[in-house]
Amino acid sequence: MKHTLAVLVENKPGVLTHISGLISRRAFNIESIAAGYTEEPDTTRITIVVEGDEKEQEQVVNQLSKLIDVIKISDLTAVESIQRELALIKVKASMATRSDIINIVEIFRASIVDVNRETMVIELSGDETKIDALCQVLEQDHGIIEIVRTGKIAVSRGPIPAKDQ
Amino acid sequence: MIITGAEAIIESLKNEKVDVVFGYPGGAVLTLYDALYQADFRHILTKHEQGAVHAADGYSRATGKVGVVIATSGPGATNLVTGIATAYMDSIPLVAITGQVSVPLIGRDSFQEADIRGITTPITKHNYLVKKVEDLPAALKEAFYIARTGRPGPVVVDIAKDVFAASFDYQYPNEVKLRGYRPVYAGNSEMIDKVYGEMRSAQKPLIFVGGGVNLSDSSEELRDLIEQTGFPVISTLMGLGCLPNDHPQFLGMVGMHGTYAANMATTECDLLLGIGVRFDDRVTGLLSKFAAKAKIVHFDIDPAEINKNVLTHIRVVGDINWSIPALSQRVKEVPGELREQVRSWLEKVRNWYIEKPLTYEQDKDHVMPQGVVEKVSQLTQGDAVIVTDVGQHQMWVAQFYGFKNPRSLLTSGGLGTMGYGLPAALGAQCGLPDRPVILFVGDGGVMMNCQELATVAEYNFPVKVLILNNQCLGMVAQWQRMFYGGRYSQTSLKGSATDFVKLAEAMGVAGLRVTKPEELGSVLEQALAIPGPVVVDIRIPEVLDVLPMVPAGACLDEMMMGGVEG
Repeated sequence: MKHTLAVLVENKPGVLTHISGLISRRAFNIESIAAGYTEEPDTTRITIVVEGDEKEQEQVVNQLSKLIDVIKISDLTAVESIQRELALIKVKASMATRSDIINIVEIFRASIVDVNRETMVIELSGDETKIDALCQVLEQDHGIIEIVRTGKIAVSRGPIPAKDQ
Repeated sequence: MIITGAEAIIESLKNEKVDVVFGYPGGAVLTLYDALYQADFRHILTKHEQGAVHAADGYSRATGKVGVVIATSGPGATNLVTGIATAYMDSIPLVAITGQVSVPLIGRDSFQEADIRGITTPITKHNYLVKKVEDLPAALKEAFYIARTGRPGPVVVDIAKDVFAASFDYQYPNEVKLRGYRPVYAGNSEMIDKVYGEMRSAQKPLIFVGGGVNLSDSSEELRDLIEQTGFPVISTLMGLGCLPNDHPQFLGMVGMHGTYAANMATTECDLLLGIGVRFDDRVTGLLSKFAAKAKIVHFDIDPAEINKNVLTHIRVVGDINWSIPALSQRVKEVPGELREQVRSWLEKVRNWYIEKPLTYEQDKDHVMPQGVVEKVSQLTQGDAVIVTDVGQHQMWVAQFYGFKNPRSLLTSGGLGTMGYGLPAALGAQCGLPDRPVILFVGDGGVMMNCQELATVAEYNFPVKVLILNNQCLGMVAQWQRMFYGGRYSQTSLKGSATDFVKLAEAMGVAGLRVTKPEELGSVLEQALAIPGPVVVDIRIPEVLDVLPMVPAGACLDEMMMGGVEG
């Protein structure tokens, strides 16, 4: 099963090296990893999606916790949470196909962020399955030139932040 | 006070009560070496950076203090890698200070530049790259704190060359501020109650001790628990010495080359109390059959060790200096109860130990390596600091020396580093100048860092280097004999056949030789009586196996016994 972990780390150089080094050394199965600043300037938040059984999941959490720069890990799978990913999709779009693409974009509540004579760039945020579905339709009917996805980020519902969980 | 970065390092070392460093100078650390010179700080110059890091490791294992090693950037730093990995696998506290190229040159493939922080990330507890002199005191303070607390381990502090020369207002911090590092000493006492409950209902309990007991200096606490419970005890390689070998509840070493009694007791037991162990594959054999009838309790300071290899029924996370006394306290509430309950089980497993002891074939024409170990044990009353390299001799030492004291076996258990022994022995002797330090080493391993004989001679460290010389890479040859149809691919050393007596003499060390069994006693006595360092080249038979042996991946009760009677 998949677990979404919120990993709060010191905002220092080398932290991502430590995390990716650990993941590679212990041969953990990581589906996605996304890092960014938080409400506290000295803290970076990394969302990691781990694939594996309970035992592997426990090892990932325990081994990551051992890293000196890891402040806190909370498993957002265990609580109600909102999970999102952002995708930018560059799709083939001629004069003739543009309106069909616009229809698809509206259905998915995505938005068009760039248009030129041959292509369009579509922005979509949502969960993984929604992005997969849009990509599938666009690929089959129009042809995708490139896709970029951020990996999942997640936040719990309710007032308690991950650092206090 | 306004001082340079290099002077700040010396001050910080003094603040950490470091009295000696091991190292090797070079371009990026010139300023640091200048400060060492001016401060007249004690520095042991080895002949190779690998020698320096293993020496710092041996020093730490022998004394319990943090070992410190210094090397220059690039090749100096990369030569530390094997030694850092060795220390990491055995949880040895080290601080490695490496020079880095100047800040403006970092990342440009400059002369003698290597990303040692990146290289050592998977083999250190933590590491730093210091690019601003103001960051230096906190980095050093944290490095020592992290190395020695919790589960100990090596820490690398990589320092850019210009930082050594930069001046600043130095102040050593009084405390560390690490949000993500708070080692837990006292754990959950409910767990102790649970363990005690299991102990009261167990019919065949077994205490299983490891390197954590030696590292945490808790052998006295352990002994109290053992004597209160009356439970039989087995040990890993790294746990040897934390309980005297002749203790009436001891069953010897468990695992691949463990005793019959230890391996059978592990297979039969219904409760296994693992204390400061990590259930390494050389101990467990086939994991699914390891202690399969037992509930497993795991005492460890590192929560990540729990359930890493074997599934644990009860976890006791915390310092064993907390958990063992807490458990003993519970046991003392009803004195003698557990001892009575396990009397027949202890008798049974001790009978195995006595009836199927470790033995070896006697040979009146050849010096037997096991006999050498026994003879040294007898001459030193089991009281010396014993260092080994890696291979057959390492296992024979573990089996036949009869360790009496904690921290008296210094060996590369986790990484299995050939070439570890000689520099580790010189480091141990440096830390314990008044104790006899004896190195057992093979003719293969001694060549891997033989340059350190010159260091031993220079500083007159009175290490006794006993080379068990079988003119082959014995352990690899044993596996080739057992599992590769006797095809000795690249394991014969007859072609090179170094004259170790001459090698010793060339390096300034006394050299002796033993070729016949009747010479052994007198030559060993002669070697031990020489006040300085000695190399003894001891010729042993080429074809000998370390037995018993559990083949890799087999169950512990599937031992090949060989020379054992009955």
